[in-house]
Amino acid sequence: MKELLTGNEAIARGAYEFGVRVAAAYPGTPSTEILENLVNYPGVYAQWSPNEKVALEVGLGAAIGGARTLVTMKHVGVNVAADPLFTLAYTGVNAGLVLVSADDPGMHSSQNEQDNRNYAKFAKIPVLEPSNSQEAKDMVGLGLEMSEQFDTPVMLRTTTRVNHSQSFVEIGERIDDTAKPYVKNSRKYVMVPAHARGRHVVVEERRGKLAEYAESCPVNRIEWADRKIGIIASGIIYEYVKEVIPEASILKLGMTFPLPEKLIREFAAQVEELYVIEELEPFLEDQVRLMGIEITGKQLFPRIGEVSQKIIAEKILAVTGHRDLVNQSILAAGAAEEKDVQIPVRPPVMCPGCPHRGVFYTISQLKMIVTGDIGCYTLGSLPPLEAMDTCICMGASVGAALGMEKAHPEMHGKVVAVIGDSTFMHSGITGLLDVAYNRGATTTIILDNSTTAMTGHQDHAATGKTLSKEITNQVDLVALVKALGINQVQIVDAFDLKKLKTIISEEAAADEPSVIIVKRPCALLIKERTAPYTIDENCINCKKCMKLGCPALSVQGDAVVVNTALCTGCGLCSQLCPSGALKKEGEGNE
Amino acid sequence: MSNGKVTNILIVGVGGQGTILASRILSYLALEEGHDVKVSEIHGMAQRGGSVVTQVRMGEKVYSPLISEGQADVILAFERLEALRWVHYLKKDGTIIINDQAIDPVPVILGLQEYPSGIIDRIKGKVPDTIAVNALQIAEECGNAKASNVVLMGVLARKMGFGKEKCIRALEAKVPAKFLELNKNAFEKGWNVQV
Repeated sequence: MKELLTGNEAIARGAYEFGVRVAAAYPGTPSTEILENLVNYPGVYAQWSPNEKVALEVGLGAAIGGARTLVTMKHVGVNVAADPLFTLAYTGVNAGLVLVSADDPGMHSSQNEQDNRNYAKFAKIPVLEPSNSQEAKDMVGLGLEMSEQFDTPVMLRTTTRVNHSQSFVEIGERIDDTAKPYVKNSRKYVMVPAHARGRHVVVEERRGKLAEYAESCPVNRIEWADRKIGIIASGIIYEYVKEVIPEASILKLGMTFPLPEKLIREFAAQVEELYVIEELEPFLEDQVRLMGIEITGKQLFPRIGEVSQKIIAEKILAVTGHRDLVNQSILAAGAAEEKDVQIPVRPPVMCPGCPHRGVFYTISQLKMIVTGDIGCYTLGSLPPLEAMDTCICMGASVGAALGMEKAHPEMHGKVVAVIGDSTFMHSGITGLLDVAYNRGATTTIILDNSTTAMTGHQDHAATGKTLSKEITNQVDLVALVKALGINQVQIVDAFDLKKLKTIISEEAAADEPSVIIVKRPCALLIKERTAPYTIDENCINCKKCMKLGCPALSVQGDAVVVNTALCTGCGLCSQLCPSGALKKEGEGNE
Repeated sequence: MSNGKVTNILIVGVGGQGTILASRILSYLALEEGHDVKVSEIHGMAQRGGSVVTQVRMGEKVYSPLISEGQADVILAFERLEALRWVHYLKKDGTIIINDQAIDPVPVILGLQEYPSGIIDRIKGKVPDTIAVNALQIAEECGNAKASNVVLMGVLARKMGFGKEKCIRALEAKVPAKFLELNKNAFEKGWNVQV
C-alpha cells in the first residue's frame, strides 16, 4: 500500500516500522511534525524534552539501555546538543540511534542556515541525506542498522523541502524484536580520559570501516546515462537535477560522510564534464577536491540560500559544451511579469488578540533596549512596534541583557530581556541564574502564553501536559524563578496596558533583578471568542490605536475601521482610545 | 491533463485561508487518477498571517516537488494581491483563478504602502484565461465564509476536467463529517460558476 506522506510523516513511519521504541525532541521548524506523528504509533514512547541537549541525552540513555531510538531537532538544535553528540560518537550505542538534523537552507523559519553535514564530519559519524519521503522512511531503517553495525550514532540530515514535501511512500509492517539487553561496560560508556583515549582509536578505525562501507552502501549509486555530463548530487538537489538535466549521468549519494572514494573516482573518470551541485557549503566538493579530482561546484552555485531548478539550468547552460542536454523549457518565459508595480510585502504578523502585542507596545513607548529571543514574539521587532534590539538564539535574551548592563552600568533601568515560556524552559533558566548569581539588576519579562506557539502549539514543562497530552507535573514559574535567587517577581495580565507600564517602569528602575511574568494563553488556543470591538462617531481620528499594529484595525480613507471578523475582543485598542470611540459590540451604545 | 507530462498547480493565499485543504483534495484526485504526485508546503513563521504557497505537481513521474517560475499550468489565488505576487509563476497560456477578495498586509494597514488597484484587470490584460470569482460571497450564501476554499476548488476542478463524482468522494475523504454538507454545497456552487 502506498500513501502520500510528508518527509516528516515518513520519518515517523520509518521509526515505527524499524522498531524505534524511544524518541525525544524539542520542537523546531522544519522538524516538529516528526514526533507529533510518531507519538500516535503504538509501541513507541515519544516525548518533548526541554531542549535538544536533554533530548539527545534521553536518546543516548535509551540507546545504551537497548532501545532503538530517534532524536529529532532543527539544525540549530544540534548546536545545543553538540556536547553529548561529540562524546556519544566516542562511546557508540548499543541499540541503534538516529539523530535527525532538519536543516533550513533559505531560512524559511530560522535565524541562520548552517550546513549540519559539517557536524557529522566533525563528530566523525555517518550522515544520510534523503531526496524524498520514501527515502526518508527507508533511511531511518538503514541508519538504525548502520548505527548498530558500526556502533555509532547516525545523522539523518534533511532540508525543509524534504521535510515539508509530500510524495508516495510504501507502507510496511513494524519490526518488533529490536530490543537489546543492557550490558554494563564502563570502559565504553564512562568517558574519563583513560577510557576516552582508547575510544578515540575505535572512532578512527570505525571511520575507515564506514568509508569502505560507503562504496557498497545501497543508497550510493551511479545512474549512467549520457556521459558528456556527470553530476554528483544528494538530497533534494537530486530531484532537481532529474528535472533539469534528465539525460545526465548522476552519482546519487545517499550517504555523504564518509564518502565512497572509489565510486567517485570511477564516476569522475568516465564523464566528460563533472559537476557537484549542493546547497550551502561545498561539503561534497571539498572532499572530492581532496581526492585530487577536478570538479565544478561552488564557482557556479551559490553558498547562500536554496538552489533552484532555474539556478541549475542557468549555471550549467553558462559553462557546458552540451547545452542540448539541459531541459531549457524550465527557463521559458511565463505569461506575465509584474515588474512595473510595487507589490506590498506580506510579512508574518502577531495575530489579532495576541498576548504579546501589549508588552511590545509598552516597551516601545518606554523606549527601552530590548534583548529578544526566539518565538512568535520576535515579530515584535517589526513595525510599528519595533521593540527589539537583539535576537540571537534560544535563551540568549537573558544573558545578553546582563552583558549590556555590565558593559554600560548607566544603561541600567533601560534594558529589558523578553523571552517566551517555552524558550525560558529551553535555555533561559541558566541565563537568569547568572543574573542572580552575578548581581545583575536586569528585568526579565517572561511572556507566558502556555504553549510553544511558533512551531504550532506544542506543550512543554510549564504547561502541565506531555507530548501525548497526558497531565503531568507543571513547573511553578514563580517558585522556579525565586529558587534561582530572584526575589522580585510579579504576574501581570497581558491585556492590562496600564499595569504593564507601571510594573515594567518600576522593575526596570529598581536596583535588584526582577522577573515579570505576563500571562494570557496564545490567541490561537482560545476557541470561544468574546464580542469584537466596534468604532463609533466619537472617533477623533488620532490613530493612537494604529500604533498597536493589529491586523484587525485598518485605515480606510481617513477613518479607522475594525474588521469584526478578525477582532478577538482583547480590548487593547480601547485602552489607547482617548475619546471612548472603541466599544465592545453590544456594550455602551449611549 | 495529457499523458507523459507533469501538471503544475500553484495555490497561493494568506495564512489561515484554508489553502492546505485545497491541496489535500487535489492530491486525492491525482491519486484516484493513478498519477504520481508531489506536494510542497512551507510551514512555520509564514503561517502567522504571511503569504503562503502550496505547490502540487502531478503526472506519470514527478521528481521535484517544486514548480519553477513561468511553469505553472494553473494558479489558484485565494487573494488578489497574492495573485499579483505569484502570477509570474504562470506559464504562457496558463489559467489563473482569482478569489476577488483583498486582505490588507501590514504595510498597507500602517499606510506605508498602497494596496495596488485594478489587479484583476491588470492580470486579465496579460493572461487571457483569467477567472475572477467572489468565493467569499458564495461561501457566505452557503452559510460559512470559511468554505470559500471549497468554492474555489469547485471552479478549479471543473476547469481542470476532474470528474464531479470523484471530487465529491475527495470531499468525503478529506472534510470532517459535520462540515460535509456545507462543503458539498459550496463545491457545487463553485462548480456551477459561469466562467
